[in-house]
Amino acid sequence: MVIRSADRTDPGARSAAALALADDIVARALASGATEAEALVTSEDAALTRFANSEIHQNVAEANIGVNLRFCVGRRVAVAATGRTDEAGLVALVERAAATARSVEELEDWGGLPGAAGGGPSRPSAIGYAASTADASPEFRADGVRAVIAAADAAGVLAFGSFATTREGIAVSNSAGIRAAHERTTSQLLTVHMSADGGTGYAEAAATDATTIDAAAIGREAAAKARASEHPVSLPAGDYPVVLEEYAVLDIVDMLGYLGFSALAVQEGRSFAEPGRRIGSELITIVDDGADPAGLPMTIDFEGVAKERVVLVERGVCQGVVYDTQTAARAGRASTGHGLPAPNPYGPFPLNMLVDAGTTPRESLIGGLERGLLVTRFHYTNPVHPKLAIVTGMTRDGTFLVEGGRIVAPVRNLRYTQSYLDALAGVAAVGRERRTIRGFLGSAVVPALRIDAWTFTGTTEH
Amino acid sequence: MRDLTDRALDTASSLGASYADCRVVRRLEESVSIKSGRVEGVASGESEGFGVRVLVEGAWGFASSHRLSLDTADRVAGLAVRIARASATALRDRVTLDDRPPAVGRFETPVLEDPFAIPLEHKIGDLLAADRTAGAVGGIAFTESSYGAQREWKTFAATDGSFTEQAITHVGAAVEANAIEGDEHQRRSYPDAGGGWGAGGYELIRRLDLLGNAEHHAEEAVALLSAPQCPSGLATVVLDPSQLYNQVHESCGHPTELDRVFGTEASYAGTSFLTTDKLAEGFRYGSDLVTIVADATAPGGMGTFGWDDEGVAAQAVDLVRDGIFVGYQSSRETAPRVGRSSGGGMRADGWNRIPLIRMTNINLLPVEGMSLDDIVADTDDGLYLTTNRSWSIDDRRLNFQFATEIAYEIKGGKLGRILRNPTYTGITYEFWRACDAVGNASSYVMLGTPNCGKGEPNQSAHVGHGVSGARFRNVQVGVGKW
Repeated sequence: MVIRSADRTDPGARSAAALALADDIVARALASGATEAEALVTSEDAALTRFANSEIHQNVAEANIGVNLRFCVGRRVAVAATGRTDEAGLVALVERAAATARSVEELEDWGGLPGAAGGGPSRPSAIGYAASTADASPEFRADGVRAVIAAADAAGVLAFGSFATTREGIAVSNSAGIRAAHERTTSQLLTVHMSADGGTGYAEAAATDATTIDAAAIGREAAAKARASEHPVSLPAGDYPVVLEEYAVLDIVDMLGYLGFSALAVQEGRSFAEPGRRIGSELITIVDDGADPAGLPMTIDFEGVAKERVVLVERGVCQGVVYDTQTAARAGRASTGHGLPAPNPYGPFPLNMLVDAGTTPRESLIGGLERGLLVTRFHYTNPVHPKLAIVTGMTRDGTFLVEGGRIVAPVRNLRYTQSYLDALAGVAAVGRERRTIRGFLGSAVVPALRIDAWTFTGTTEH
Repeated sequence: MRDLTDRALDTASSLGASYADCRVVRRLEESVSIKSGRVEGVASGESEGFGVRVLVEGAWGFASSHRLSLDTADRVAGLAVRIARASATALRDRVTLDDRPPAVGRFETPVLEDPFAIPLEHKIGDLLAADRTAGAVGGIAFTESSYGAQREWKTFAATDGSFTEQAITHVGAAVEANAIEGDEHQRRSYPDAGGGWGAGGYELIRRLDLLGNAEHHAEEAVALLSAPQCPSGLATVVLDPSQLYNQVHESCGHPTELDRVFGTEASYAGTSFLTTDKLAEGFRYGSDLVTIVADATAPGGMGTFGWDDEGVAAQAVDLVRDGIFVGYQSSRETAPRVGRSSGGGMRADGWNRIPLIRMTNINLLPVEGMSLDDIVADTDDGLYLTTNRSWSIDDRRLNFQFATEIAYEIKGGKLGRILRNPTYTGITYEFWRACDAVGNASSYVMLGTPNCGKGEPNQSAHVGHGVSGARFRNVQVGVGKW
């Protein structure tokens, strides 16, 4: 069975074909001795146009499909995956899965595959899908890139970045009755503009509908910042109040999701999250919502379970974490729909986080800094102490000294070693505007933040 | 495969490509993950497809598909040409490639014990035994152990007559013990947090002796909970190979990638402080003891192959010789811009990705004289840092900060008490200039990582690093507030 990629404009037809393939694989598995079986079919048409030095230097497209088969014999669970969907490929897939299942030990706490009650719809909703993105052409992306480059040219700087358009689908069928599918589209345009005098500036937009991205505006934002950050001054490391732009706030949300908002992290004792614990100021509320159109929605997880809206932090206090089927079984509750493809030793993740907007306009965020730093984005961040959420990283592409509520000078980049929990606790103001940004794992919708203290621990030469 | 590659190349040429290449890749993977003595996941994966890269009007286009059919070859080649023409609308300098003889031949990773032929029960049993040994140590909260194997069959063909076939096999495994008390979470991994990986067969896994090392590392994880915090200040540090390879990777491997220097990774991974003027001036990168090569011919390295993904033969390229920066990792497109030929560093993560300049095996060569033990014995006061826990470096690869799982105090030439949460930071060239000892061949090992990320869309590469341990003076340790 083959899923045709030609008809990109009908997500319903694609999902139906993917579900039929998943059904077929489940039937083959059951006929081969499985007592439970689950087939996950993922498909993708992805294209990306990359530019540097104000010219396109990479331009790629791919059509891909993947099948994951979870094959259970009692409490023995095995997973096999393939990119081959021809008859021979599927036969080999089931044979490998069955052979593996015979070789593994029983899982004492195996909770079984999720049942139909928690499953998402078999016909995908229109949330998160735009035909304009699915049909985006190389010429469309080149047009966007030329608009970004034109803004760079106008400012006398060079542009480096990428414009990606993707259609992706997941379909899940299992022997417990789940038949769920979702199709979505995503697009992302990002650019770093660089000037000959050492200035760099970043801007990014992500959207379901690529035609809503204003490429020229992204180009102008980056260009202005590149010009403003020329000839930076050196500041000594130390504690400074900061305003973090949305691009930097994304890293905090992403990292906390990775380190703590997962049921597995809680069950293993390595998470900071516990219900009722205050981890942030009253201004901070974070939810995960795979159906919120403000983000890049995906309404089901990789087990076919409908994603629930989960409040992670409400007015600074931990509320809940996200579950997949296995962690939910251990906790004696239902999955929240945050499972990843099996086998998954990493546990569930929140992939659609949103931070509530505040009431403070951007100029007032900066205006409230007596002496501090405005940070555009972070670079190469990594946890130093996961349970305390101590993270190190660098500033990048637009760091500025603010005095008396005004930007007074660009600053050379600084290294920080900072607890992100302490940072949340120190939030003094939240921006009223939010941006949708792709993260390391998923996407997030975040406002800018003003934070009372941020610990910078090193400097560099640019 | 030849009919498919011929068809793709013919179609691309007929549509106007001045150059085209086609890679057909089949990848087989197997993994076992164990948590706290239970087999959490056993998976096998198979992927195959092909990618066509074309030059049209001096611009690149690339397209790929998982369908291996002649019709699809036509469609994909046509799409690649169309994409290249779109690229040409935003082009300032036409791409030119260096000359190289057509690549023809076969390469295969030497394998003594085929990891895919070893019974699965046997591999699970080996891993389970090590994991349960670690978990049996009192105070361990949870253990995680992993095994992985990957074999990639790759056919490369180009319009210049090149046709190569390669079969590359990598394996890796690790056992990891975690101890938790209050807010303190300590981990000890053996041989490495990401697994000890190399090119070869199951014989590499046996050589690791996971079982024999599990208990000791678990005991260290528990002991770290009550160990003193690593103090702040300037210190002499001796880096064990398990940390030194990360230092080489981040502060020499990435900044010597020539595509970074020319800005094509600027928006994602960043650029490099090793600009071309520094090559011309003979920039002092490190002390006289520091010689670093990119060697795709090194035995056992995960960056070892016959030809790169542009059909350039594997070779060893000097990056730093006796402390002086002397060369880059490069490609057919970038090398001529610094007056050189490609160093053969172009690799792609599978059939659906375009090749980028990727590290092969970036090796800090051993220095005759002191063994690693001799270096410790020669150190009056310092820290011995083992097993990477965290890494970060700025977008030009200057300011770095690393954390390791454990530090051992060195007092009077002997290893002493352990310290928890060690970190160190510095500026790349200042750090390498402060290197005053490199271990000899007796401790030289080929390590590496299967997770080197680069590019958009992101690609993960398997890279190797040969290192023997080294000492550095006046290093800032104990960074941040704890």
